[in-house]
Amino acid sequence: MTTLQPPVAAEPRPAPPPARRDRRSWTGWGFIGPFVAVFALVFLAPIVYSIYLSLFRDQLIGGTTFVGFDNYEQALQDDRFWAALGRVALFLCIQVPIMLGIALLVALALDSGRLYGKSFFRITIFLPYAVPAVVATLMWGFMYGTKYGLVGDFNSAFGWSLPDPLSPDLVLASIGNIVTWEFVGYNMLIFYSALRVIPHSLYEAAEIDGAGQWRVVTAIKLPAIRGALVIATIFSIIGSFQLFNEPNILRPLARNAITTDYTPNFYTYSLSFSGQQHNYSATVAIIMGLITMVVAYLVQLRGMRKGA
Amino acid sequence: MSTPVTTSVPAAPAEDSGRAKSAPRLRRAKAHRPGRPKRSKLLTALTSLVVLYTVAPLIWLAVNATKTQSGLGDSNGLWFADDFALWDNIHDTFTYHDGVFTRWLLNTLLYVVLGAGGATLLAVLGGYALAKFDFPGKRGIFATVIGAVAVPGTALAVPTFLMFSKMGLTDTPWAVVIPSLVSPFGLYLMWVFATEAIPTELLEAARMDGASEARTFFQVALPLLAPGIVTVLLFTTVATWNNYFLPLIMLKDPEWYPLTLGLSAWNSQAETVGGEVIFNLVITGSLITILPLIAAFLFLQKYWQSGLAAGSVKE
Repeated sequence: MTTLQPPVAAEPRPAPPPARRDRRSWTGWGFIGPFVAVFALVFLAPIVYSIYLSLFRDQLIGGTTFVGFDNYEQALQDDRFWAALGRVALFLCIQVPIMLGIALLVALALDSGRLYGKSFFRITIFLPYAVPAVVATLMWGFMYGTKYGLVGDFNSAFGWSLPDPLSPDLVLASIGNIVTWEFVGYNMLIFYSALRVIPHSLYEAAEIDGAGQWRVVTAIKLPAIRGALVIATIFSIIGSFQLFNEPNILRPLARNAITTDYTPNFYTYSLSFSGQQHNYSATVAIIMGLITMVVAYLVQLRGMRKGA
Repeated sequence: MSTPVTTSVPAAPAEDSGRAKSAPRLRRAKAHRPGRPKRSKLLTALTSLVVLYTVAPLIWLAVNATKTQSGLGDSNGLWFADDFALWDNIHDTFTYHDGVFTRWLLNTLLYVVLGAGGATLLAVLGGYALAKFDFPGKRGIFATVIGAVAVPGTALAVPTFLMFSKMGLTDTPWAVVIPSLVSPFGLYLMWVFATEAIPTELLEAARMDGASEARTFFQVALPLLAPGIVTVLLFTTVATWNNYFLPLIMLKDPEWYPLTLGLSAWNSQAETVGGEVIFNLVITGSLITILPLIAAFLFLQKYWQSGLAAGSVKE
């Protein structure tokens, strides 16, 4: 549960207790109480309930029975689950580096002060973040069309034969493009905010030492924003493992390419809402949650250690 | 990827005012930066490619919102069709199926006002408590909430649905509003922001004068938190306005759909037997759906950018 803690915020250092003992009272609860109450209802209770569900099985004969870890055993041998997991892992390994790479380059370009019209770039690249995943996917879905879409237009206008972006071979890349489009500006903004607060004295020192632009980037800027890089990576990992909206909305256009178990999230959704297998669905979701947390934790360990 | 996590603020909050002061000083120093680097046409051109990538689909959407259903098929996607049907499309979008789009728009507004408004309120109160009070269980709360960010929404969706269905909340607005009320990111941002923006001495002075805790909060703390509040409100609004997964599992009745779910339903209508193909309305409806948020981000730039910057000040 505490996977994310160190990079997001170091442990809140205990306030100096002796001098301020009188302040340590329940007054604060009056302010944070409402948040904690709703948080318990929509975060903690479902997690506990989910674990409870995963230990039972609902059968036609015999009703709901306690089955221990049978559901987990079944999930670990479930080819559909592993195929879905493999798909998002592949997605993660290709889409996330591309997206974060572009975001970082743009953030560095903005921060370098060498652009004309900097604020125009910052806001226009960020704009897709305000577009709902539904609209982004519908829009790209139309453009992907080989008959009436943009791909079809290009083919007929230039005599090209672009492949169908919604074919089984290419649909994952097409989804990756949509996700990149949605979140590149958002990640750019995270990096840019971190770059802006690097103490200027560091650059002056580098200038005196005669360091070039790239040297400044690699020796000062990148190490200084490592925390932001790790955070963005972790959030992108969580996002990739949760992939659902884009394939779900694209499915009507690509029925053959996108199956109802295309991603782990899609699989749990279908299990629960088309298959009524709530117990098994909860189990798959828990396993996915654990895998996500472990991967996020490993990235964080590695990211924080490197060059520290 | 509709992560409940809207954005992140890298870096840990400084716990005391000593470092907090360095923030504005830094920014000022940067404004008068000596030896401004030379602007580069090449770099500007390269960055323009990224702008082209992010903006081109939005232009495509705007251009194609002016076409009739048949015009969509006949004309090139990058340019206008012979008929300019934007006004007809807007009219049809709002009147199709007895004006169900208007209903969806009002639903979305309801979810945003209650969900995002409520989430911001809870985050402001909670962030203030974490920043300015020491109370039993504080560290536990903080660790749990930050850890919860890593829990995938999927792991929560099914059990939340089952719980809500037992409580009779599914298919009502509450099923969408209640889960939207919690924004761990909002809490974190308000905590950082309150730590920096409210001098503890000011609160102590107010208490010394005999002001109650509530009065101290509303009259002393709240005004200082304004830029942070705008930022959190904007990001929770985006999260609620754009939410798809949560309403998808919670709502069956189209009467309660938000815009996102409604547009998706219109889009899939094309492949149901006897379903009318209304891609022109899907496209026009999409354009109408994104305009308010884009406008909000453009007009409130000053606020949310300073709010975010404050969150990342302490690297």
